[in-house]
Amino acid sequence: MAEVKKVATRDSYGNALKELGASARNLVVLDADLAGATKTAIFQKAFPDRHFNCGIAEANMVDVAAGLAAMGLVPFASTFAMFAAGRAYEQIRNTIGYPHLNVKIGATHGGISVGEDGASHQCCEDFALMRAIPGMTVMCPADDVEARQMVTAAYEMEGPVYMRFGRAATPVFHDENYRFEAGRGEILQDGTDVAIIATGIMVPEAIEAGKILAGEGISARVVNMATIKPLDEPLVLKAAQECGRIVTVEEHSIIGGLGEAICSLLAENYPVPAKRIGVNDVFGHSGPAPALLEQFGLCADNIVQQVKALLEK
Amino acid sequence: MTPEEKRSLQLTAVRIREGILAGTHGAKAGHPGGSLSAADVFTYLYFKEMRINPQNPRWENRDRFVLSKGHTAPGLYAALAHRGFFPVDTLPTLRHIGSFLQGHPNMNTVPGVDMSTGSLGQGLSAAAGMAKGAKFLGKEVNVYALLGDGELAEGQIWEATMFAAHYSLDNLCIIVDVNGLQIDGRTRDVMNTEPLNEKFAAFGCRVTETGGHDFDALESAFAAFHKNHGSGAPTVILMKTVKGKGVSYMEDNAAWHGKAPNDEEFAQGMAELAEARKALEV
Repeated sequence: MAEVKKVATRDSYGNALKELGASARNLVVLDADLAGATKTAIFQKAFPDRHFNCGIAEANMVDVAAGLAAMGLVPFASTFAMFAAGRAYEQIRNTIGYPHLNVKIGATHGGISVGEDGASHQCCEDFALMRAIPGMTVMCPADDVEARQMVTAAYEMEGPVYMRFGRAATPVFHDENYRFEAGRGEILQDGTDVAIIATGIMVPEAIEAGKILAGEGISARVVNMATIKPLDEPLVLKAAQECGRIVTVEEHSIIGGLGEAICSLLAENYPVPAKRIGVNDVFGHSGPAPALLEQFGLCADNIVQQVKALLEK
Repeated sequence: MTPEEKRSLQLTAVRIREGILAGTHGAKAGHPGGSLSAADVFTYLYFKEMRINPQNPRWENRDRFVLSKGHTAPGLYAALAHRGFFPVDTLPTLRHIGSFLQGHPNMNTVPGVDMSTGSLGQGLSAAAGMAKGAKFLGKEVNVYALLGDGELAEGQIWEATMFAAHYSLDNLCIIVDVNGLQIDGRTRDVMNTEPLNEKFAAFGCRVTETGGHDFDALESAFAAFHKNHGSGAPTVILMKTVKGKGVSYMEDNAAWHGKAPNDEEFAQGMAELAEARKALEV
């Protein structure tokens, strides 16, 4: 088998902004002195007059974006997830979320796969924080193909959107015929014994786990849930009804993210045994991304283990 | 400004002060002190300075106003109502369940409100974004932001000021209502934000100091803002005011920052304002 192509979704973000920017003349990009890392520098190079560096001042940046949106522009405000969802939380909540302004937040370096920078930069709480804001759409792409389409989808939808992109290069498994639709999950592999519902860079791990399980006679339905809010509730409930067991996988705290959204939905509508795989209410630490992901159980092997444990319950 | 025009503005300012009392009394809550200190600048902005159209509140080439000190919504609402954005008799519904007049400005429910505010320190950033947007779009739009002096303790104000100077937002007018009081007492005791002139100047702004209850002084200050167009520097107007101005028992008293007048206090305040109004109507 040929070497799998790997692309970091932050690169997809920068490339998509540049591509979209050619026709979307009201699209402007803001950054907080991280344009090289968030990859908005790709857009900046093509459209320097539409890229506004705000310096290391994230709170101001997101509210400046609100003002730009109020003037009819479509701003994409970018920094690391930690400083967007974390540091600027209340600014996003009050000056973007409450007035429901058309601001897109492109947050890169989500999760522990940030790697060597360590816990201060490994944001595992952003889904929880952003989900809690009324009217906020929260999305996290699984690969390059999806990430690029997600940027266009965010631009085309009216209202605030939070997107999380990754730092590390991860496998590209969609082909160019894939069509991303905001708010809809994607069934990558059908199955009847258990449904593995993953988001972001955990999706390739879930696919791998599905293959290993198939080899052991376990039929796993593998779902890519790129939109965390609004959740594709019919897809989740159907999976609960047809598979009877749900495992969620995310590079995020088990508190407040995709897993908790799904478990809440199940508890109120169709309770089935479920297991949340994520960061277990601890901070991350420094290390190479692949080693960290394995250490925190955010890998195919642990998904397989957890699925088996759940099936034995 | 002709004496007649000045008298007309003064009369409007009294009506706006009556609206502030009517709103906070009707709400049995709210922030009269800082609304009254800003009543004259609200009047000047909405009746003389800004290019707006009450018949078309979202006219895209209008000047923008952001009430960064959002708790003084009663003053903004009274100005908007008297300017014709919505009926004056709705002011007492302030803060009532179901009212469009939310406790803090809501751009989606109140005609004429350009930005939702309330959490201090954020409005100036939004105003700077509007000013940047106007420049980017090539629009001759001025953006005015009204801040409290206590609010200047928020670090984001200085982030926004840096941004405004860096991007040469000479279409941005930052007005500071320097009434010297905040909830917990005198601003100089709670957290000294002075010297304001030197601070804003050091951040790259052109600073004008003026009296906030004198329409001639306000006219000169805003003339300085217009003169600064093309300079690349944002304008700051440090406006010395008296908190609670126009209602004797509220003047220069921090206790009236966020407290509504009871029936008796309301009657007394309205009587004082009626007297002021009659003196101007002669």
